[in-house]
Amino acid sequence: MQNRREFVKDLVAGAAVLGAGRKVAWSQGKAGEKSKVVIVRDAKLRTPGPAPDEKRVTAMLDHAMQTYFSAQNPQQPWKQLVKPGQVVSLKMNAMGGRAIAPSVALVAAICERLQQAGIKAGDITVWDRGSRDLESAGFKLSDAAGAVRYVGSDTAGYEDAAVSYGSVTTKLSKILTRSDLVINMPVLKNHNIVGVTMAMKNMYGVINNPSTMHGTACNPYIADLNMIPQIRAKVRFVIGDLKTGVYEGGPSYRPEYSWNEDGLIVGEDRVAIDTISAGMVERKRVEKGLSTLDQKGTPMTYLATAADAQHKLGTNDLARIALIEQRIA
Amino acid sequence: MMRCTGTAIAALLALVVVAGVGCKKQIADPFPASGAVAGWEKGAKTQSYDAANLYEYIDGGAEQYISAGVVGVSTSDYKYQGSLEATVDVYTMKSAGGAKTIFDADPPTTDSKSMPLGDAARLYGQSVVFRKGPTLVRITAFEAAPGEGDALMALAHGIEGKL
Repeated sequence: MQNRREFVKDLVAGAAVLGAGRKVAWSQGKAGEKSKVVIVRDAKLRTPGPAPDEKRVTAMLDHAMQTYFSAQNPQQPWKQLVKPGQVVSLKMNAMGGRAIAPSVALVAAICERLQQAGIKAGDITVWDRGSRDLESAGFKLSDAAGAVRYVGSDTAGYEDAAVSYGSVTTKLSKILTRSDLVINMPVLKNHNIVGVTMAMKNMYGVINNPSTMHGTACNPYIADLNMIPQIRAKVRFVIGDLKTGVYEGGPSYRPEYSWNEDGLIVGEDRVAIDTISAGMVERKRVEKGLSTLDQKGTPMTYLATAADAQHKLGTNDLARIALIEQRIA
Repeated sequence: MMRCTGTAIAALLALVVVAGVGCKKQIADPFPASGAVAGWEKGAKTQSYDAANLYEYIDGGAEQYISAGVVGVSTSDYKYQGSLEATVDVYTMKSAGGAKTIFDADPPTTDSKSMPLGDAARLYGQSVVFRKGPTLVRITAFEAAPGEGDALMALAHGIEGKL
């Protein structure tokens, strides 16, 4: 790509890790294999207006995906992620409104790349729990045939049959069950019960009864929920919008407690992504003179549960995470 | 799910009084109409949530409000001079103490200022929060803009005058 200067900060094993992790989906992968997480940042992402620069968003997405998949062009990663004819959906976290939701530009760029990889527009759904949430995040609801659908589970409905794992019994959104692949699109927020909400907590938006799972710091609910076979198997890639982060007062948008991260995070290991994201919020809290999340009484106990021998959803061990951070200049 | 629009705000607030949950008086529609505060236009929709479904609006954030005795919240979008967008949340608590609990839970920031409004008010760069009796109001703008603080405070005064 043009006009791009890269600063690669590989915290572990150098360029050799670039290909690792591609087969790690829905498990911790092979013994000794590290989970790859890619973060790309662009300090020029923002425009004078409320929306980010569309071209730079697309460039950032391409850069992150190419890095993750060790791909030579922007289309190649998507051909590894999806197969023509599949039904693909993008699960937003739009509850906080447009200031702390995946940007319209990022979603549009993903939809374009999916179509270039052979997914029909009509087989793509952008969704969240509530239609109102999508609207508040700047998306126009649409159910037009042959076009990308923008719809909430409150409209699409939930399956009649309940599913269970451990502490969780719930009904799944029909959008989830009818998808071959769900791309998880969380945003980075403090959460006054679980400490930080990112990839795994975003699954509270795919079920009909999330309010029943907030006790005991959502533990073991978050891990158990992600163990539901349909969630574990279908929700197998994360593209998190890190344009803005909320370090206090979340999960609502709180501009007074927000910062501009101007980035994107991608990966398959949901626990690793949540672990890295939690670290980012913790560092910002320290920088701002606030207590740690443990001190505040909102420890992220669900991370260890998700990584334990029963769940094996991923790793929360930084030594087992290959974090690749790059910056677009 | 109980989601209401428009005139349902009055119904919710009336319910609060009828149920005897501690509101001293029934609050009329707290949202200034378009043009009532210079430059501000109200969005078409007003949404209301009670304690039972508050999580639909603020997810896990609901727990903090429920613990403090929330009765319900009404929310509406506003736009200033056709561009700056903001959300106004009006929380009705069972008591003034509940509103104070929520207000005091927010740590101050280096740019926050106490303002003379209601029982207590705080202005941040892109938001205003104030409490008056059992009501807590939070106005949040989606972006930074020149003169934003004055505009937000004007809207806050407009709301406070209706409480």
